Amino acid sequence: MARQMNSGFSAWLRRDLLLAYRRRGEVASPVLFFVMVSTLIPLGLTPESARLAEVAAGMIWVIALLATLLSVDGLFASDYQDGSLEQMLLTPQLLPLPVLGKITAHWLTTGLPLTLVSPLLGLMLSLPGAGYIPLICSLALGTACLSFLGAVGAALTVSLRKGGLLLTLLVMPLYMPVVIFGTATVNYAIDGFNWLPPLAILGALFAAAVALCPLAVAGALRVTASN
Amino acid sequence: MSQSPLLSVENLAFERDDSCLFDAIDLTVNGGDILQIEGANGSGKTTLLRLLTGALQPSAGSINYLGCNIADCRYDYFANMLYIGHQPAVKLNLTAEENLRWMVANAAQSNQISISDALTEVGLAGYSDIPCYTLSAGQHRRVALARLLISEARLWYLDEPFTAIDKQGVQLLQSCLQQHVSRGGLVVLSTHQDLALNNVRKYNLLARTEHIA
Amino acid sequence: MKVFSNWQWFHRLGSPRWFYQTTGRWLPWLSVATLLVLIIGLVWGLAYAPADAKQGNSFRIIYIHVPASFLALAGYYIMAIAGAVGLIWRMKLSFMVMKAAAPIGAVLTFIALFTGAVWGKPTWGTYWVWDARITSMLILLFLYAGVMALQYAYHSVDAASKAGAILALVGTVNIPIIYKSVDWWYTLHQPATIKLTSAPSMHPDMFQPLLVMILGFYLFYALVLILNTRSEILRRERKTGWVRELAQSKSGFDARAGD
Repeated sequence: MARQMNSGFSAWLRRDLLLAYRRRGEVASPVLFFVMVSTLIPLGLTPESARLAEVAAGMIWVIALLATLLSVDGLFASDYQDGSLEQMLLTPQLLPLPVLGKITAHWLTTGLPLTLVSPLLGLMLSLPGAGYIPLICSLALGTACLSFLGAVGAALTVSLRKGGLLLTLLVMPLYMPVVIFGTATVNYAIDGFNWLPPLAILGALFAAAVALCPLAVAGALRVTASN
Repeated sequence: MSQSPLLSVENLAFERDDSCLFDAIDLTVNGGDILQIEGANGSGKTTLLRLLTGALQPSAGSINYLGCNIADCRYDYFANMLYIGHQPAVKLNLTAEENLRWMVANAAQSNQISISDALTEVGLAGYSDIPCYTLSAGQHRRVALARLLISEARLWYLDEPFTAIDKQGVQLLQSCLQQHVSRGGLVVLSTHQDLALNNVRKYNLLARTEHIA
Repeated sequence: MKVFSNWQWFHRLGSPRWFYQTTGRWLPWLSVATLLVLIIGLVWGLAYAPADAKQGNSFRIIYIHVPASFLALAGYYIMAIAGAVGLIWRMKLSFMVMKAAAPIGAVLTFIALFTGAVWGKPTWGTYWVWDARITSMLILLFLYAGVMALQYAYHSVDAASKAGAILALVGTVNIPIIYKSVDWWYTLHQPATIKLTSAPSMHPDMFQPLLVMILGFYLFYALVLILNTRSEILRRERKTGWVRELAQSKSGFDARAGD
């Protein structure tokens, strides 16, 4: 009795969401990191609202990036250790599709909470009022890009011990355009300009990431996970 | 009309890191065969199995499923194949039932045995809804065993399937293998254990010799 | 595990031995040509080209800075193409070239950054300034570092090469994006840009030695790449017959005794 095979995307998405739900505490750490580190900014720089307002957009973005970077390390790690990754390489479905499912689950449990919490941080760091909506929009698209690009790094280092540091080195250059356009979106809005163009470029980066990163991840997993 | 064998390996060679693990391996496995790969540790048994599953690429030669190179008929081959490696692929945060449900969902084919029946047969009846991190390694392998019960895949590749299983599990696994080959499936496995089954083809990887036990 | 020193492997693998022997014949000529062009370019540029109206003699550093930046970027593409060839046609020689190209490009990037900093001091009063060019060079350095670090992290040479090739290709796609983004970012924050090299508006007398230097750097890159690849070949093929013979004939003792 053969059944119609699904594409694997939704199956892996649901499984990863279920696993994240079972490990709720772990999943909350990027958001906690996000909030806690942002309290370091006034401590390290200055509590003056005016000066904080100047750097708020960039600071929030950089901390969101760091939080994503910390969490992306574990994207394939547990699957590699218990043999599920091995099985994923053997599904008849095209490999980029389960990969897409996993990355989507990662964004839903990391990037999305960060995006939703960001207005709170904007408040704490005196972000000017015009910046809130652009911040949410740019973080939503941007953290998705970061998840996709981070997955490429995670796939390339999955079988290495202490791959986390190497992952950071590999992925940082790829993250830089995302940060540039993400912060530009918010800063344009704060300065009174039209913030849609940089957001559109961010959207283009996102579209390219969705199309290309799963292929790179699939290729990388075939190389690294079968050794 | 002569049919292509279910699985045939022609002139297979594999090298890694500039040293050759093996070369010129020829095998033919038909439905109903159990092929046991023997060899000392490190002789390449796991590598051969992984080559058969397509996870590794051979340096030379080909692996053919029903006459077609597996690189060309990828979907059919993978849909008809089941591989259980050293790790049983059990997620610790899911229950035994959820794990099995997941494994079945990923398989193209499954027979009529229900998930709870399969778990009962492997002796995990009362454990089906607690997370697997509370279970032992032997019990994890039982979940993998339940997967075998449900699977309708024709080709089974098992790497050291008898590790961490107790005597009861060994009997269960052997009867499972017997049933599978009597339905026309084939099994390629690597194990040091002597199988209490008839007509097991034992293939020595280093010597390239075969004998039937 | 048996080790093969048989011809059938070499034919399929793009013959490192052929490469080694053929480049052995070219090397003397290439070295002479490289040396000549570099000397001509350096002497011309550093001594004979006219001094710049605004910057005086300090601008002469472009005769090293600009070719180094060109080659740093070109070198990355060479590395990535070698990786792609290795992945697609499964040629080991190609992977060896890729591995050899990485440190060369990284050092050239560093030279570009260093000379840029040295130039910056008399020009802007500071060693480091976050302008588009220098920032892009720095990111390129990180990309190189990533490819090298990834390859060294893996014990298995095959996995290292393939992973490195994939990363190099990912970087290739990203380099135009990164360069353009940094460019755009810089114009955002500093509308009045000082162009480090406005090549079209350079006086021909200053431009010609620059072209010579660029050619010289290309030759130099080719030379060092070939040398580095040759040593990589020797390292990887050290167990094969022809390498052992080579070692024996060069050193005059039985190499096998040391195994």
